[in-house]
Amino acid sequence: MNLAIDCQGLVKRFGTYTAVQGVSFQLPAGAIMGFVGPNGAGKTTLIRMLCGVLVPTEGRATVLGYDVLTQPEEIKQRIGYMSQKFSLYDDLTVRENLDFYAGVYSLQGKMAKEQKTRVIERIGLVERTSQLVSSLSGGWKQRVALACALLHSPQLLILDEPTAGVDPVSRRIFLDLIHQLAKEGMTILVSTHYMDEAATCDYLGFVFYGHLIAFGSPDEMKEKEAKDNLDDLFIYYVENEASDDPRNLALKKGGRG
Amino acid sequence: MGRFSWVRFLAVLRKEFLHIRRDRASLIMAIAMPIGMLLLFGYAVNTDVDHLSTVVWDQSQTADSREFITSIRNTQYLDPDAYVQGYEQIEGYLDSGKARVAVIIPPDFGKELQKDNGQADVQILVDGSDPTIARAAMSAVQMLGLNKSLEIQGVRLAAKGATAGTNMPLNIETRVWYNPDMKSMVFNIPALIGLILQNVIAMLTSFSIVREKERGTMEQVVVTPIRSLELLLGKLLPFVFIGFVSLTLILATGIFWFGVMPAGSIPLLVLLSTIFLFTILAIGLLISSIARTQLQAMQMTFILILPSILLSGFIFPRETMPIFLKILGGLFPLTYFLEIVRGIFLKGVGMEYLWQDTLILCAFAIILVGIAAKKFKKNLD
Repeated sequence: MNLAIDCQGLVKRFGTYTAVQGVSFQLPAGAIMGFVGPNGAGKTTLIRMLCGVLVPTEGRATVLGYDVLTQPEEIKQRIGYMSQKFSLYDDLTVRENLDFYAGVYSLQGKMAKEQKTRVIERIGLVERTSQLVSSLSGGWKQRVALACALLHSPQLLILDEPTAGVDPVSRRIFLDLIHQLAKEGMTILVSTHYMDEAATCDYLGFVFYGHLIAFGSPDEMKEKEAKDNLDDLFIYYVENEASDDPRNLALKKGGRG
Repeated sequence: MGRFSWVRFLAVLRKEFLHIRRDRASLIMAIAMPIGMLLLFGYAVNTDVDHLSTVVWDQSQTADSREFITSIRNTQYLDPDAYVQGYEQIEGYLDSGKARVAVIIPPDFGKELQKDNGQADVQILVDGSDPTIARAAMSAVQMLGLNKSLEIQGVRLAAKGATAGTNMPLNIETRVWYNPDMKSMVFNIPALIGLILQNVIAMLTSFSIVREKERGTMEQVVVTPIRSLELLLGKLLPFVFIGFVSLTLILATGIFWFGVMPAGSIPLLVLLSTIFLFTILAIGLLISSIARTQLQAMQMTFILILPSILLSGFIFPRETMPIFLKILGGLFPLTYFLEIVRGIFLKGVGMEYLWQDTLILCAFAIILVGIAAKKFKKNLD
């Protein structure tokens, strides 16, 4: 099987605090994988290690066949990344942002032009290219960010809570796009808080307190623990995994509030 | 309008104190700034000029001339520590800034003083590039000449009675070099080149990088294959360009609007300004690696600007500062650049006198750029 991501016992410590403790999983190429977990569970840290930005304290991982420790530049050239916080240049136009990222990914001349035209049409930005990014709404900004992440035709697209704070319509358009991309063979890793988004993934990973506590397809997971929906499954895992977590105590006391 | 509520008021009061306690930077500023400023201003803002280094050419070599030199020392204003033979050496001392004042005693000094009606001439050369120093030195020697004259006159009158001549026994002739009109503008405009360049470029450079951190755009850039050197050079080069534009503007305004012509070589000035520019870019880069917001970057730039104005010799002569402040002032690249820019503008000197300052500036540039680049790279990882 062709693996897009292969992690073995990834650990990340910041001083005495351990953000990620011993995460292992294998993701086949062309699949959509969702990371689900409460805020501060270590999803972003895990993602940043896979991007080659953070150096793991222990363990090893290969992304698209390249080692995150020794070949981060190879990885960066082949992945697209989009974060929860909008991080393009507000004071530049859509086209100027695309120009910048095309350059940063070493695209030039005819190649750069073709790729830009391709993503602009694909994402539906044709009428927006000369608009300043600061004048766009949240949903449009996320689409521009996605366009920048797709310019260099990445083999793996990593999305860190891409739809946080985006309205339902924009969210739906965004999700449809991602599923199309996956059909065309792109591997996608996405972290999310929305269970309806998680349900459409091929694989799910539950991240809790730096641990990957469950990994598999959504149906498999529901079946294994005999739960009807992912919400219940999520709560069940949290209760099971950390009975001394204060959040968990509150859950038990106040029901599902 | 409701009544004033003490509960609400106290809630705000308590909250504000908590903010201040949590905000380490503000707390440090509230405590350290007043003390720091008082010490800085108290010692550096010292317009009393004394103990100026003085070079002496004693052609008379008599008891009288030696006594005159001793009385110069006793004024406390001048320190006649260097002895030379000839104008060429004197010029060297004044050009290099090793001496601010030169005293030239003619061969007939002793003879003239011993004569009943003789008049001894003394020539004093004053470096006028800093008008404050020049004025202090001139009034000191004029006073000394007058006192000395009256003293000798008194002795002569006592010995000879009315037959003594009415000539002043001692004639002090002063000449001001470099800035003969002793205009402050001629002294200040060249220095402003350094100060303005420092303030503008340090602030702009630090802003451009901190802005990316503040807005989160750096987060997106680090996941691309870009190398830190590519990013660093790409971000800094525009500011080298802006630095040259500023330099040209300031120079042109100084020359054509204020009419302060450089006595020395402009290409040399531009070359040495470039080295200075690199130290400033590095300082901006360092600030940006510490500051997290543009506001912090602005505050840090001001922390740099204020002492650099006071301690670099921009306003107050460094010669009269206590040794501690002199050392502190030596930590600013601006201090050395001011020596260079004033040397070229006012004295028209070249590398033969500026090589020391230039070397120090180069060392600053290399060390600062090295540290800044390393910190920048580390911050990216």
